Amino acid sequence: MEPLFINLAEAFTGWMISLGLDPGWAEAVLLVVKWIIVVTIITVNIIILIWLERKVSAFFQERLGPNRLGPFGIFQTIADAIKLLTKEDIVPSAADKLIFKTAPMFFIVVAVMLYTVIPMGKGMQVINLNVGLLFFISVGSLSTIALLMAGWGSNNKWSLMGAVRSVAQMVSYAIPLAFSLLGVVMITGSLNLQDIVLAQDKWWFVILQPIAFITYFIAATAELNRGPFDMPEAEQELTGGAYTEYTGMRWALFFLAEYTNLVAVSALMATVFLGGWQGPWLPSWLWIIIKTYAIILVFFWVKWTFPRIRMDHLMSFSWKVLVPVSLGNILLTGAGIYFCRWMGWC
Amino acid sequence: MFNLAAFSLYDAVFILIAGITVTAALGVVLFKNIIYSALSLILAFLGAAAVYFQLNAGFLGVIQILVYAGAISVLIIFAIMLVMNRPAGESNLSSPRTREVFTSATIAAMLLTALVAVIGFTQWPLGGRPGPDNSTGLLAELMLGDYVIAFEAAAILLLVAVVGAIILAKGGENQ
Repeated sequence: MEPLFINLAEAFTGWMISLGLDPGWAEAVLLVVKWIIVVTIITVNIIILIWLERKVSAFFQERLGPNRLGPFGIFQTIADAIKLLTKEDIVPSAADKLIFKTAPMFFIVVAVMLYTVIPMGKGMQVINLNVGLLFFISVGSLSTIALLMAGWGSNNKWSLMGAVRSVAQMVSYAIPLAFSLLGVVMITGSLNLQDIVLAQDKWWFVILQPIAFITYFIAATAELNRGPFDMPEAEQELTGGAYTEYTGMRWALFFLAEYTNLVAVSALMATVFLGGWQGPWLPSWLWIIIKTYAIILVFFWVKWTFPRIRMDHLMSFSWKVLVPVSLGNILLTGAGIYFCRWMGWC
Repeated sequence: MFNLAAFSLYDAVFILIAGITVTAALGVVLFKNIIYSALSLILAFLGAAAVYFQLNAGFLGVIQILVYAGAISVLIIFAIMLVMNRPAGESNLSSPRTREVFTSATIAAMLLTALVAVIGFTQWPLGGRPGPDNSTGLLAELMLGDYVIAFEAAAILLLVAVVGAIILAKGGENQ
């Protein structure tokens, strides 16, 4: 079972070359096919994830959750998707039409781009970039612009407030986010995600870098705009933040992109801290799915058990706690590496 | 003449990227709405990053996205939103449709001449070949090895600038 997908890809490329296609173009076609598969998996996975989140939140709040359509209400999300698709597409008359319409597309494109570098198994990656980890961080930071476009384009005070909040939050939390991954990079000596996975064959980095794991988890929650850090949306005060004016499929695109980001960040955490696709018995692509889902469940757990934090507390927490802690972690890691070399252990 | 056989996928990708980048850069100066200008500036930054990626300089490309497209442009948009005091439709002061064409054309022509001269007179050491595969490590060795003093001096200079900006904004000891 292990090399199933790699064999499939090689067979596909071989078939295209046998049809008389240039190997370079065959690679390009394979890349497009990989993208189509990734997007399909993301979309189908979201249906499961939304159902799961509703069930988990219901469990935390001692209610049943969706339970009418199909066994355990599993078809509820599909019904919701059909409803969203058939809704009227409303564009406010005072909105900046072009920016209003581009914002959700930009958001989902950026979210899907994150999957370029995630290793989904042994040797399974859309592109094996040498700077994969940095690519993930930098592309992730682009989603700020999409929210800003949505907030500005809507021409609505709630939307603009939500956008401004999200930008302030994401710009501040991007710093501890990047710093907490630096410890891992220092130990591995590489920004390539496959190298980072291979470096964890003895010890997972969650054991070597526990502080980084916690700071990354907190910063990632803020980057994802998820509860308890969901200030940009904050239904009770901003009626939906940057998404206030969006309806139907445009709103659904934002929703889809948020879950896409959630899965991508969880997969990155599994890759960087939990040994990635490494694991006994099962094939590698199954291990990464299991680990990703474990982290997603922790994200659900945090969202539905903590109350929302006040905006100024949120900002001062990032600058006064997370940034110094993650900087200290870098210092500690550097000292640890030199101590380890001095003792001759590594 | 144009030779179709020598026209590779690499060239096709470059022409696509260059087209997008140049169009976006034109958009920055031609849009009348300055928010549109800022957004097309982001697109131009992303295009430049794509060129870096194609030249095998992945680290530079990623930093271009992180610093310019992700952070600087957000600051630009914030600054625009905070100081905008006219209708969005005529907010780009440098747009030729709202400002004198002659002055801007002269300056642009001078800049273009200077750039073409610099590009023409420089001896490019790499000349066509893509860069080395492990450019990140080489860059790190240069920045934290040979040129560490200059690197640290730039870092301290930036820190001083940031502290200065905060003091200016806060109003010093009067508060």
